[in-house]
Amino acid sequence: MLSAIPLFPAQASTFAADVDRLYFLILAVTSFFAIAVVIFVAIFAVKYRDESGTKVGAPIHGSIPLELAWSFIPFVIALGIFAYATVVYFELVRPPAETLQIYSTGKRWMWRFQHISGRAEINELHVPRGRPVKVTFTSEDVLHDLYIPAFRVKADAIPGRYSEIWFEPSQAGTFHLFCAEYCGTSHSGMIGRVVVMEPADYQAWLSGSDGQPLAVRGQQLFQQLGCVSCHLNDGTGRGPSLAGVYGAKVELANGAGVVADDGYIRESILTPQMKLVSGFQPVMPTFQGLVNEEGVMSLIEYIKSLPPAVKPAAQAAQAPAAPPAQR
Amino acid sequence: MPDALAAHADAHGQSHGHAAHHPALQHHFETLEQQKEASTLGMWIFIIQEVMFFGGLFTAYMLYRIWYPEAWSEGSAELDIVLGGINTVVLIASSLTMALAVRAAQTGKQKAIVNWLIVTMLLGLTFLVIKGFEYEHKWALRHVPGLNFHAEPGQAPQVEIFLSLYFALTGLHALHMVVGFILLAVIAWMAHKKRFSPEWYTPVEMSGLYWHFVDIVWIFLFPLLYLVDRAHQVAG
Amino acid sequence: MTTTALPRRTYLNHEFGIKSWLLTKDHKRIGLLYLVFVTLAFMLGGLFAAGIRAELTTPAGDLVSSDTYNKLFTMHGIMMVFFVLIPAVPAILGNFVLPLMIGAKDVAFPKINLISWYIFVIGMFITLSAMVFGGVDTGWTFYTPYSTQASNSNVMATGIGVFITGFSSILTGVNFMVTIHRMRAPGMTWFRLPLLVWALYATSLVQILGTPVIAITVFMLALERGLGFGIFNPVLGGDPVLFQHLFWFYSHPAVYIMILPPMGVISEVIACFSRKSIFGYSFVAFSSLAIAVFGFVVWAHHLFVAGISPYSAMVFSFLSFAVAIPSAVKTFNWTATMYKGAIWWKAPMFYVFGFMGLFLVGGLTGLFLAALGLDVHLHDTYFVVAHFHYIMVGGAIMGFFAGLHYYWPKITGRMYSDTLGKFSAVLIFVGFNLTFFPQFVLGYLGMPRRYHAYPPEFQVFNVLSTAGATVLAVGYALPVLYFTYSIFKGEAAGNNPWGATGLEWTTQSPPLPENFPDQPVVTEEAYDYSKREIKVA
Repeated sequence: MLSAIPLFPAQASTFAADVDRLYFLILAVTSFFAIAVVIFVAIFAVKYRDESGTKVGAPIHGSIPLELAWSFIPFVIALGIFAYATVVYFELVRPPAETLQIYSTGKRWMWRFQHISGRAEINELHVPRGRPVKVTFTSEDVLHDLYIPAFRVKADAIPGRYSEIWFEPSQAGTFHLFCAEYCGTSHSGMIGRVVVMEPADYQAWLSGSDGQPLAVRGQQLFQQLGCVSCHLNDGTGRGPSLAGVYGAKVELANGAGVVADDGYIRESILTPQMKLVSGFQPVMPTFQGLVNEEGVMSLIEYIKSLPPAVKPAAQAAQAPAAPPAQR
Repeated sequence: MPDALAAHADAHGQSHGHAAHHPALQHHFETLEQQKEASTLGMWIFIIQEVMFFGGLFTAYMLYRIWYPEAWSEGSAELDIVLGGINTVVLIASSLTMALAVRAAQTGKQKAIVNWLIVTMLLGLTFLVIKGFEYEHKWALRHVPGLNFHAEPGQAPQVEIFLSLYFALTGLHALHMVVGFILLAVIAWMAHKKRFSPEWYTPVEMSGLYWHFVDIVWIFLFPLLYLVDRAHQVAG
Repeated sequence: MTTTALPRRTYLNHEFGIKSWLLTKDHKRIGLLYLVFVTLAFMLGGLFAAGIRAELTTPAGDLVSSDTYNKLFTMHGIMMVFFVLIPAVPAILGNFVLPLMIGAKDVAFPKINLISWYIFVIGMFITLSAMVFGGVDTGWTFYTPYSTQASNSNVMATGIGVFITGFSSILTGVNFMVTIHRMRAPGMTWFRLPLLVWALYATSLVQILGTPVIAITVFMLALERGLGFGIFNPVLGGDPVLFQHLFWFYSHPAVYIMILPPMGVISEVIACFSRKSIFGYSFVAFSSLAIAVFGFVVWAHHLFVAGISPYSAMVFSFLSFAVAIPSAVKTFNWTATMYKGAIWWKAPMFYVFGFMGLFLVGGLTGLFLAALGLDVHLHDTYFVVAHFHYIMVGGAIMGFFAGLHYYWPKITGRMYSDTLGKFSAVLIFVGFNLTFFPQFVLGYLGMPRRYHAYPPEFQVFNVLSTAGATVLAVGYALPVLYFTYSIFKGEAAGNNPWGATGLEWTTQSPPLPENFPDQPVVTEEAYDYSKREIKVA
């Protein structure tokens, strides 16, 4: 019966054990100090007890060496824990270069997961064991939070921004998925399951639906919304060429440089004047209201799929000659 | 200070005749000097607290200005720099007349206290009236966030945030001016009743501190709201 | 013990009638006025907690609707934070005892002190009305965009109530700071001050600098919700996370407003019931100031998973570890105070024992949350709930009760049943641990906060928690009974029933309206028991 009462969640991701190790280290250190103080207090309370209330304690006022010791030593210990915890943290927030990308949006009160192959699911997330997975997500309304205790990951879903979590599942099985930022009536109903499958089973599952790959949908939107009319591939259009732009450094009109990541692309679609690319006029209209979060994600996948321009030197030579590109 | 208190400790035994007291000395203080120091310290601490109060709005302003410089420039250009400038002069003048009121109290010129306080109040009223005109104009142009905001064509949508902060900051400031106005009315009445003297004019001084603070807040608000990128705008 | 009679003229009996209470400028009467309303708030907050724990006994959300549950935890938090924890020690015990401790006749601004109380009551009334007529369901943290755009509850009214109440806290802070600077008796130098005064000074610093920020944040929230301003609206380019920064800039220091005064009380009680000077007086005094200052630079540890940059998170994590050190210093100093003391096992000291155990757990579990790699997993789970209840209830409320039991004879002139006092302390300690320790386990398992229903495997710990809450409720109910009884039938206490040092114990119990018959002059260091021959009344 006792074994049926869980004390710890499963260690279902490759870094779950690291997080647990950190937990046990801090537990050991803090328990040591807590028990030590409790023991001292108990011993002193009993040993020096005076029930009459008429005696006086010893005339001791302090000890500078002791003060320095019990300030400095805990500080050094705290520093050590901080350092170790930060190392574990960077493991959690720095995904590896190659990850399986999944997009998600949270809204009251459900999670929608979009696999780039085209399959979508609600409140369930199928992932393959043994492969790093990155989930890029946002909220369509209020704050939410994507939390998978068995993987030891969580991040807030913020409307207007992208968040990401990554993990590499190490165990097949089914695990809880919770919303961990209060969002109203059915906050505790905004839960689901993560289903970790063996890689072969995952592939089979993926092909089990006729959904369109995200990048294809993105390409369709790119045409429908008219992006293709300004963002010409050869760089002669009113907007910069998007060939190979994903992940590249972009120079802005104000001199600053940014990396064209998911957030930057989303921002460029919804609030285009904010980070104007150097050498181009602020003429791009906003697509806020014309494309939803899922549409933006598919556009990102499409842009990711664009290979870099074939002859970059020739492009640069050509660009200044074209009339619209003025300083 | 401890000596003065110790000496006073003898004079103030269990019961004391009121003749020994300045009528304004409150009974939990030993001397008028102690009372004045307490009032002054209290008012300064209160003003520091007010700085923190406005600070939250200034923080939001600073953050968004860094993020949306164009919207800030556009929004600022929509404010009336002439009316804002007049108001700035009006407030600075009112601080001068307030200081003159305090000086009058310091030198025991009873009528002058009342007169300078009234001038200060009138200048404050002028500020509020001009502000009223500005707000009314903004309403007419449909520039009030949330209530009737209508973005001008080609304008960055974040101008609505600029205007939200404009109304929040100037509205809060105006509220403080109204409180100041009432405060000065009370003090002017007390002065009219000849309650102040060179020995005790603390309330006049404390009101002066508050009024100067409200003035200084405006000195920050005016350039931050009205003068964003003006040189660039003027240059065209 | 020799029998003592109650003094002839006291602050309680020199004037009668409701006007003499509602228009009083006496800091002692104002402290009691606060006691009435804070006790009321504590009972209401406790009632909401009972509702929460009753619902959570079973996994399904079957006792109340989701909306009702969300209102219950919101209102529990608001009542307890703003109307109990913030005012408890400063406005009740601080008001009563501060002028007595420094040898003054009253606080610097007695009229403002009374106005502070009225502001408190008005704010409480408005907030309660919001709760009664529909309730509020945003969580006490009011996060945007939920509070500005999605909630259908009385957010505006609650915001107005909280806004108004904040000024009570600010004015109390101003009053105490000026009182401590300007109204100390002759000979009462800074380093002869009792440590409770240092704690109240540090608290005043935080009240003055921090509270205005929550005021302006609530003001912005009201503008956004009420008028549609776009400061936090992502559609306009606003940042909903900016609200969190502004909110926690106050609300983190606020927890130090809640814990510093009780820590001051602990210093007083430990010194008295060990008959010994506090070990490391200057270190304890300065640690209060250090906590107040450091407390202002750790706020973003509430935003570790809210999208702040990892480098920013590192800075705040480091500072959050640093802020633990002064509290550790205090704990070690208190323990060392007991070494070679003469420990008198009386009820106030039992609350101190309880505090030491519970505050230790609460403070140390903060380190788990400051650790970035671990906070990702633990954030917004029941681990956090357990952590802050250990500090707020196990620390702050225990400290408040220690102070109440210590100063009760001075306030009322009567002794209460020491046996019942000790029994309540033990009951509260046991009940508290049973209620909140299982929540650490629940948190690590992954049970999120603010959940109306939960997966069945979490039930065992929830049942334990609810059982503990029942014991805790009894523990809190008992003092109401024996304190009330003592008012009518308690033995007269005399000036100094505990044989303590301190100016407040040199004068009669209850004190005179003007506190001291003659202006006291201070010649001793604080907690100078060495020169005493203790005669316990």
